[in-house]
Amino acid sequence: MPEPLIEFRNVSYAAGERRILENLNLQVLAGETVVLLGRSGSGKTTALRLVNGMLQAASGSVTVLGKSVPDWEPERLKRSIGYVIQEGGLLPHFTVARNVGLVPELEGWPKERIQARVDELLHLVGLPMEVYGSRMPRQLSGGQRQRVGVARALAADPPVLLFDEPFGALDPVTRAELQREFLRLRMDLGKTSLFVTHDVREALLLGTRIVLLEAGRLLFDGTAANFRASNLPALIAFQEGANDVF
Amino acid sequence: MMFSDILQDLLEEGLPLLGEHIFLVAVSVTVAAIIGIPLGLFIAASPRWRAIALGIANAGQTIPSLALFGFLIPLPWVGGIGARTAIEALVLYAFLPILRNTVTGVLNIDPGIRDSAVAMGMTRSQLVRLVELPLAARSIMGGLRIATVTSIGTATIAAAIGGGGLGVFVFRGIASVDKWTILAGALPAALLALAADALLGIVERRCAVE
Repeated sequence: MPEPLIEFRNVSYAAGERRILENLNLQVLAGETVVLLGRSGSGKTTALRLVNGMLQAASGSVTVLGKSVPDWEPERLKRSIGYVIQEGGLLPHFTVARNVGLVPELEGWPKERIQARVDELLHLVGLPMEVYGSRMPRQLSGGQRQRVGVARALAADPPVLLFDEPFGALDPVTRAELQREFLRLRMDLGKTSLFVTHDVREALLLGTRIVLLEAGRLLFDGTAANFRASNLPALIAFQEGANDVF
Repeated sequence: MMFSDILQDLLEEGLPLLGEHIFLVAVSVTVAAIIGIPLGLFIAASPRWRAIALGIANAGQTIPSLALFGFLIPLPWVGGIGARTAIEALVLYAFLPILRNTVTGVLNIDPGIRDSAVAMGMTRSQLVRLVELPLAARSIMGGLRIATVTSIGTATIAAAIGGGGLGVFVFRGIASVDKWTILAGALPAALLALAADALLGIVERRCAVE
């Protein structure tokens, strides 16, 4: 069996008295897109932040690229993982080009190399450098900002990407467009991703595997087909809830 | 004596005094900024350090200025008569607005922006240099503006302890009960304050990000 890129072993996390994750066991293998599905408060974002060291597990261990999170130098770990959040999380005082080239800049790449990489990435996400490179984030639409966020996450070519409800704030049409882009990029780049969402349809569309979390516990871990066919009560409730919404 | 002679005397004595005045303010605000801005960036993250530093700075502000100048004179090492003692007192006053505005500027940064900057793998010093300083710049400039304008006013009292500046005219006018001599010091000081306010206000607005 191949070595997992991300592995949770008996991971628990609490914020004060509130237990957010309980005994989570999870592996993400190379090339997979594992979707963490759950309502708000299910612990899915916490799980994501345990991977890039924004949070530290209270007990158990999180291993990333074969190395336990506390053994990583914190900045090194974060720069080895692409991180995409809602609205892209762009720096408002940097141009689009500088935002995309941020991690390479932190890594001290030479200017020409950063420029070439930014150019390549902006083309990849459909925002040509000549038109968008010198714009400021506030001059972009929500969907465009999200594309820039994805380009930025890919900049230093990290083997693992984390997505925290990246398309949650977008209108349905733009969201569908970006979901298609996501699938295309996955085909082209073959990256490994851990993707957080509360949207069942998004989970079924994007995930090669779906992990359902509720109140910090893992309820289901399997393929989209298994998820659809499953008759666990909590799962059915979640799917019905989703049907009400759409 | 002709009116033009009086005016010439005034200019001959007044221009150097104006120069001294600007020197007192420029040095004080610069020193206060060199201490206040880094300290503000450093303490902004900690509620406890924030309370302590702002408390001390606030207390410094409440001492009446003339009294503070007086207190400093007899102190060994730092005290004495002259411009240096005046500058020390002015630094103490300029310090609070600069420190407070730096802290406010940092605290007003959207937590999501800081979070995503940390998640990109910024070190603490990169976070300060690339995110906190530029995004707090407008507020920091506001603090420098307030510090400069109030220092121009307070610096007139420097003359009381031999610090020079436009206050020399003011105190001489008070002693001789001559409103024109008082005005010769007070009016340029007021105009200087207005000019500094306008000029630094422009710089402040240019520092805005959104």
